[in-house]
Amino acid sequence: MHPIIKLVSQRLALGLLLLFGASALIFGLTEALPGDAAQAVLGQAATPEALANLREEMGLNRPALTRYFEWLGGILQGDLGQSLTNKLDIADSIGNRLGNTLFLAFWAAIVSVPLAIFLGLLAVRYRNRWPDKLISAVTLTTISIPEFLIGYVLVYFVAVKLGMFSPLAMINDSMSFGQKLNSIALPVIVLTLVVLAHMMRMTRAAILNVMQSAYVETAELKGLSNFQVIYRHAFPNAVAPIVNVVMLNLAYLVVGVVVVEVVFVYPGMGQYLVDHVTKRDVPVVLACGVIFAAIYIGLNMIADIVAILANPRLRHPK
Amino acid sequence: MSDTLLKVRDLKIGATVYPPGEKPHDIEIVHGVSFDLERGKVLGLIGESGAGKSTIGLASMAYGRGGVKITGGEVWVNGRDILKTSHGDIRKLRGGEVTYVSQSAAASFNPAKKIMDQVVEAAVEQKKFSRKEAEGRARELFAKLGLPDPDNIGDRYPHQVSGGQLQRCMTALALCPEPDLVVFDEPTTALDVTTQIDVLMAIKEAIADTGVAALYITHDLAVVAQVSDDIMVLRMGNTVEYGTTDQIINNPQEEYTQALVSVRSIEHEEKQPTPEPVLSVDGITARYKGLNFDVLHNVNVELHPGQTLAVVGESGSGKSTLARVITGLLPPRDGEINFAGRKLSPDLAGRTREDLRELQMIYQMADVAMNPRQTVGTIIGRPLEFYFNMRGSEKRKRIIELLDEIELGEKFIDRYPAELSGGQKQRVCIARSLAAKPKMIICDEVTSALDPLVADGILKLLLDLQKIEDVAYLFITHDLATVRAISDSIAVMYQGRVVRYGPKSQVLSPPFDDYTDLLLSSVPEMHLGWLEEVVAHRKMESAGN
Amino acid sequence: MKNIPISAIIGLAFTALYFIIAIFAPLLAPYGMAEVVGDVWEPSSSQFWLGTDNIGRDLLSRMIYGGRTTIFIATAATILSFVTGSILGFLAAVLGGWADQVMSRAVDLIMSIPTLIFALVVLAMVPVTVPVLIIVMGLLDSTRVYRLARAVAVDIAVMDYVEAAKLRGEGQVWIIFREILPNALSPLVAELGLRFIFMVLFVSTLSFLGLGVQPPLADWGGIVKENKDGIVYGIGAALYPAVAIATLAISVNLVADWVLNRTTSLKGGRG
Repeated sequence: MHPIIKLVSQRLALGLLLLFGASALIFGLTEALPGDAAQAVLGQAATPEALANLREEMGLNRPALTRYFEWLGGILQGDLGQSLTNKLDIADSIGNRLGNTLFLAFWAAIVSVPLAIFLGLLAVRYRNRWPDKLISAVTLTTISIPEFLIGYVLVYFVAVKLGMFSPLAMINDSMSFGQKLNSIALPVIVLTLVVLAHMMRMTRAAILNVMQSAYVETAELKGLSNFQVIYRHAFPNAVAPIVNVVMLNLAYLVVGVVVVEVVFVYPGMGQYLVDHVTKRDVPVVLACGVIFAAIYIGLNMIADIVAILANPRLRHPK
Repeated sequence: MSDTLLKVRDLKIGATVYPPGEKPHDIEIVHGVSFDLERGKVLGLIGESGAGKSTIGLASMAYGRGGVKITGGEVWVNGRDILKTSHGDIRKLRGGEVTYVSQSAAASFNPAKKIMDQVVEAAVEQKKFSRKEAEGRARELFAKLGLPDPDNIGDRYPHQVSGGQLQRCMTALALCPEPDLVVFDEPTTALDVTTQIDVLMAIKEAIADTGVAALYITHDLAVVAQVSDDIMVLRMGNTVEYGTTDQIINNPQEEYTQALVSVRSIEHEEKQPTPEPVLSVDGITARYKGLNFDVLHNVNVELHPGQTLAVVGESGSGKSTLARVITGLLPPRDGEINFAGRKLSPDLAGRTREDLRELQMIYQMADVAMNPRQTVGTIIGRPLEFYFNMRGSEKRKRIIELLDEIELGEKFIDRYPAELSGGQKQRVCIARSLAAKPKMIICDEVTSALDPLVADGILKLLLDLQKIEDVAYLFITHDLATVRAISDSIAVMYQGRVVRYGPKSQVLSPPFDDYTDLLLSSVPEMHLGWLEEVVAHRKMESAGN
Repeated sequence: MKNIPISAIIGLAFTALYFIIAIFAPLLAPYGMAEVVGDVWEPSSSQFWLGTDNIGRDLLSRMIYGGRTTIFIATAATILSFVTGSILGFLAAVLGGWADQVMSRAVDLIMSIPTLIFALVVLAMVPVTVPVLIIVMGLLDSTRVYRLARAVAVDIAVMDYVEAAKLRGEGQVWIIFREILPNALSPLVAELGLRFIFMVLFVSTLSFLGLGVQPPLADWGGIVKENKDGIVYGIGAALYPAVAIATLAISVNLVADWVLNRTTSLKGGRG
């Protein structure tokens, strides 16, 4: 078998294994920690009899392993269970919100990925000169402030003082595409700033690594133009590390979304998750946790697979 | 006007250094160097690390590596000063008129592109040949350079061919655009000697056939003597001596050049074997965990007290594995090791403190063999403390004695390894092993990472110390000149087997087995015409068979 | 300790200042932490330097006490994370074999779930108190320290000087504490700074989400949550923590950078 097919299938299998492990870990946590769904419904003041009755009713007395596999089977069929607090079907509630979250993350990625690569190239081009230092100082600052504070700083100065864009990112189906974009402008900027710094720094390091290699010197000593050196020799080798950087940061974006949604009261998965953590609504927290973990694991897996596919030693074995 | 291709006048080169914790500042690394090179001639640039030889070579392409800048002087190529010419003209120069062969072809080829694409790129880009013509030329060069399957090797990727082959591909890359000048920067340094001689001959013939001029940069005077017409000796950015190859080799004027020429001429009288060996390795067979083949096959050697056994071989011969087996780091699959009249436990855990004390080891890379967080005093003092329970002033007195023995002295006692030069570091490692008062020291390529003169100093020191301390050396090396200088007996290793073993005089005298013959005849000798003699001799032999 | 660059001095000075303010908060704060002393969202004045908050408490005092809480929790969690992570990491590197495999795979699994999501799942089950926060944050973050400590130790363990110590017959204790640890310290200390910053951001985020420090106790993330509604009216009370967190984080970063640079200077070349 071609070594690349072997490696990629190994990585895919590992991804599935991790996904399975993560779901077990999340479920196991809710079991191992004190308190359960019955307790959450009735509160701390509940009498032991009431708790026991409710546990019986909810099937919590059956072995944990049985309930885990029921739960997992349900997820695989698209059944995420029922919310404790409002008795609504979780899959229904999530469907729309997941779409909104992906919409927001998608636009943040569209803006931040090209920008990060461009700034990374710029920083390499003017390495150790003022553009590089300025970019690194600004990114250091944005790394040093939490997402939600960047959000409020922007709301304060852009939305309130300048009167541009809406401080709250409400969207619904009746809005036109343009209205939606206008509505998510600020959260997109916040998310962009948050991932931009990491992505740009990692891109800079990846490109520098390639530009300092001996084969780029060989290309320069062939009398090629700067553009040819970069396009023919640096780019084919820099693509894999950059894609890797992008994937890792998209994974990071998924987490950033949670907080930013709360800041802008955006009707997405993150907002939904945080609300239900506060309400101790275990089935919703479980479902959201597994979905976030799945996206995160998936993106990390893609990053690794790209690295495997791009390696010429693996693509053309001896 | 004569046929001068390259004329360098008062070349000065500077570099910006960034010492951590200090402000970056500029230093000068080449201080006014001048030379001429005529068409079709070869000039050898020779010097130790830091001599500025590569920097000067790249200056002939108006190129500075990293933070290196040409700060003064003139570099004339084909009648114009390339330091004053336009950017576009420099691009025509690089890859068209002047090309470059680096030390590490493995790093200099783009891993993502086929060899052929990279070999013809400059020729096509400089509009010297069409793609088709260039490919034809490349195949001719592949054949001329002795590469296997010259018609198809270009379709492979760099990692799919061996190191020696890739180095020849790099030479083809440099010759393909029919340049006027090729800069060879240590093109054979990374290769084994038996591979080096083939590449060297291929380069020499290619230079002769194409009539190209060359700058040949190396630290090995014996190598450069084979290929160049003139030689310039450099040291710390200055010209030491500049003359014809014949004059430099046979009649060097400067003291430094004389030292370089006479390097490795240490004389060492062979000692007679004693009745009782200090170490005997009996039928050792070993393999690494996870491998399904043996790295050592039935190795038998003996080492006598106060003497030196040289274990010589090329990379992959198993010589370093043998050291690991003797030290107990790699328990063998079969065979046993007897040391100082007792049988040693095969693994480290089973050895007594006395076993460990009497069998010391010195490493190739002295800078990673010493803990960077410990002072020289701590490094040398620890064995004293550990084996002899020495403390306080008694320990300090002994450390100073040892520092005197390695010719460094008391002032080094509080220094850290980072403050020492390469040779000084290796001396401290020697002192550390002597501190244990061993019966035997394993020296694993201890001079390979050092410049020739520094290496010579270390070898002399080791020989002196052997007389004083009566210690035996198991000397592992790939360098036959070192073997001649230091050994009493020799074991030649090839593919995990000892192919020849005995007293020095016997091993180095004919009749030879095939491998030893190949190995011995491949070591460059410091006289003119050696390369041709060897190649002619080999041709005759193969014709005779 | 000569030749400290100016950036590191500034970083050290600000970091020290924040810690001093945190330690002596009760002496420095003009008013009590939960004391209502004025009107809602009064502007800054000579009486209230930073104005008052959403229920009329002095904002400067809230910020000083808040810094104390935030820095205390972050410091405690960092220590927990470091002690757990580096001990386990070193053990994995030195022991190798199945112990290393078990620990490393467990860490892989925990790290396959985003830290914030993991923390939210846990905090949905247990009551949110300061010790719980420290334990959850510290243990989750120790996975990163574990990976770093293990990688650094594995790198050092293959060095010739460690082999030389083994061949001398030194015991595990000498090898870990005299050969490996002194060389692993610098990268770990630099990482300590980064982990501390991450903890400050993490606890602030949790508090902002209402799942961290609980009122009336003040902390920087909580101050944002309490005062965020003022922002749409142009009241910037919620933004002060941004300034505090950013300056603290940048100062610690500058110090960490300097420590890292010193490490490389020891490794490379001659003085």
